[in-house]
Amino acid sequence: MELYHGDLDVKTIFNQWLEEESESNYGAYIPFVGTIRAEDGIEALSFDIYEPVLQKWFDDWVVKAEKLGAKVKMAHAIGDVPVHTSSYISAVFSPKRRVALELIDEFVEDFKANAPIWKYDVIDGKRVYAEDRSTPMSGSGLLA
Amino acid sequence: MIKVEFLGPIGEETLELKAETLQDVANQLQQIETISAWLDKCAVAVNDQMTNDLSMVLKSGDRVSILPPVCGG
Repeated sequence: MELYHGDLDVKTIFNQWLEEESESNYGAYIPFVGTIRAEDGIEALSFDIYEPVLQKWFDDWVVKAEKLGAKVKMAHAIGDVPVHTSSYISAVFSPKRRVALELIDEFVEDFKANAPIWKYDVIDGKRVYAEDRSTPMSGSGLLA
Repeated sequence: MIKVEFLGPIGEETLELKAETLQDVANQLQQIETISAWLDKCAVAVNDQMTNDLSMVLKSGDRVSILPPVCGG
């Protein structure tokens, strides 16, 4: 798992991941790229991350993927990310395509629901919490 | 004493509380107006481990983290 301040250098990171696994004998490499869209007058999105819990979430996924003979990777941005650049990329490597195709779906969806990352719209230089697009994590409401 | 930290957009300073269990933490946070409105949509971690157990026993120095709704990517 890799965290970067500002937008991601997608090509460089994907190339690095390909290099890392070039001798691993995986038959499938399925990347996902999240790009900031220009909508609702935003100039950027901005992200806060709680790294200790994110690392545990990711480590659990590494174990889950290993049991299927696969490997997961991800990178995310911290702070402001301008429109038309990337804040999140991930990938699954597996010996054959079917496992990777299914895992990338599950991995990205679980990421959206349970990775401890908070998103803000940046409008006129101000950060506004994207509450209406955010999802309570599993177990929410325990203290209510 | 245990520490309670509020992550992401909640924007509250870290609190120090006397609490024996997470239930004690819940009882005290429910009394704070600016925080109680967040509680029904927040998840909880103790020392960076997510938990669903209100009866969890806490010891001095433990860190309780309050995690509001997320949206990565």
